[in-house]
Formats: sequence, C-alpha cells, structure tokens
Amino acid sequence: MSTKQFKGQALSWQLQGGVIELSLHREPCNELGSLSLPELEKFASALDDLEGDANALILYSELKCGFCAGADLRELYERSQSMEKSHAVRGVRDFLERIHRVLNRIDAAPLTTIAAVHGVTFGGGFELALVCDLIIADKMARFCFPEVRLGLIPGFGGIPRLKRDLGNAVVRDLLLTGRSINATKAQQIGLVSQVVSEGEALRAARATAAQIGKFDRETAVAAKQFIKPVPLEELREEIDIFCELFSRPAVQAGLKKFVESTDAQPYLP
Amino acid sequence: METAEKTLDEILTLAAAHFKVPREKLSPDEDFFTALGIDSLQTLDLLTKLENHFRVELPDYELQGVTDFRTLAAKIQARL
Repeated sequence: MSTKQFKGQALSWQLQGGVIELSLHREPCNELGSLSLPELEKFASALDDLEGDANALILYSELKCGFCAGADLRELYERSQSMEKSHAVRGVRDFLERIHRVLNRIDAAPLTTIAAVHGVTFGGGFELALVCDLIIADKMARFCFPEVRLGLIPGFGGIPRLKRDLGNAVVRDLLLTGRSINATKAQQIGLVSQVVSEGEALRAARATAAQIGKFDRETAVAAKQFIKPVPLEELREEIDIFCELFSRPAVQAGLKKFVESTDAQPYLP
Repeated sequence: METAEKTLDEILTLAAAHFKVPREKLSPDEDFFTALGIDSLQTLDLLTKLENHFRVELPDYELQGVTDFRTLAAKIQARL
C-alpha cells in the first residue's frame, strides 16, 4: 500500500506538491485515545517514506469544534475503572510512551511543520500543536492546559515544549491557573506566528508551506536542528510525574466528576 | 470609554449575530446558555468573540457561574 496517502477513522494524510497534510477528523473534537494512537503511529512510520519527497507538514482539523480537545478523558476514566490501580497506571504509562514516540518523531522531522489551528486547542491538542515548528491560528482559536483541574499535569510533552518556546512565567500562568487564552494573546506571548481570519488558518499554512518550499531544504533542516532540540530528558520526567499524580485517588475523583458532569461549563476551568 | 449599557448592548448584538438568534429575543438578565441554546464549547466561542471585539482578556475562571448577559457585561466593563 502507498504511504503517500491514508484515510483512517481518526486522521488522514496525503502528500502533494512537496507538502504532507495531516488532517484530524474524529468526532466530537479529535479526542486522542485508543482510536487515534495507532493511526498516529502509522503516520510516524510513514514519515520515513514521506519526508524524502516533502518540505513541509501541515497538521489541521476538519472538525468545526476546533483543532483538538486533548486526551480522551472518558476513555481514560472508563479504562482505569475497569482494572486494578497498578494496571491502570501501567496502561497510562504505556499510552504516554507510545504517544511521546510519535510526537518526538514529528518534532524532530527534517521538515518544516505547521499546525493550522482553530477553535478548541486544549490539553493534548495544544501539545500536538506545540510539536510543530510554527503555529498559525485563526482568530477564534483558544489554547489551554486544563489538566490542573483534574489534579494532573499535561502528559503529552506539553510542559517541556512550552518551556522551550516561552518564558517560564507564562508557562506557570497557563499551567497553574488552567485558564484558556485566545489567538491574539497567544501571538503576543510568542506562541503563535500568525493570526488569521476565521476559517483561514489552513490557507495561510499552505501559503507558508509554499514559501518554505522555495528554499534549500538542507538549510532549513540545519536551522531547525540548531534551534529546536527535543528536550528528551524533561519529556521522560514529565511522564514519571504524570504517572505518579495519576495514581492518586483525587485524580480518579476529578475524572469521574468531569465524565459525569452535566454542568453547562465543563470546559471552563 | 464605553458605558456599561453600551457594553451590554454590544454583547447582546454580537451574541445574537454569532449564534443566529433574533436580537429582540435576548434580554439582559436572561440565562445566555438557554437563550442562545449553547453548550460549553460554544461558550468558549462567545468568550473569544467578546475578547476580540472589546480587545480585553477575560480569564475564563472569572466567568465561572456567570450565566446572564448583564453580569457578563460587568465583567467586561471591569477590564475596559
């Protein structure tokens, strides 16, 4: 089977004109869980073939609600309830290690990677965007690390990557308050490279990818390797802290509350 | 400097347009979840619209428990 294109249940990709486009399309809002992970792993493997013919990779969502609402908390809760605590923690660690392998692969890919985001870009969705070299946001995009509400920290590499890109004070603000910020604020703090009109993020990302395609690829790869090292040690540490926190009863209670919530504002930290 | 009444009026107009609800059907003290028929994700959309329109930053935890347009207007007014 050709690796040039793929259509899965959670995501699809295609390589055309030197640009790989990876689209997310799992209802309701691209929650990352057991359906998405194998397809993300498939993509990471396919990158070995794809990147020889590409200069850029664009990640975007086909869904109206936004880029990605993060980890599938419902699945996480249900699975952790159906097994013994030590098994649940082991399962979480296994999941995190697998998704980290995928994200580290995309992070270090010898391509210019662009996240074209709109709407909800929360938790694991924010972490997926942070893997990319550039974030182009439509003005209705919103970024948030809501994990603190559950007694957790981001687990898909969000803290080391946010710290790589931004000042520590901003990182603390986002992590400790769990508040969300809009695209304009995200651009002011240096997270987002371009803010565009509603519905224009993918178009702007394609224009940016076309521009990148005009330049020598080896130069881009060298610049990226120099300026964007993957913080492997901190990423490993983040998994350990996440797993330690996950084993506490408070987290199970937080997950239960979220999953069973009928509150009109569960997404408002 | 916008007056509180003007802020409230702009919120009602903006919400009506964004969620395609007749402006005259919205009243200041109404529960906006019910009036607009929106869920939490759409509430974030409204928050973003308002932040962009008024050029303010509204930490979402300040909106916890806010359900009517008038209180929402007061929160925005405090940041103008």
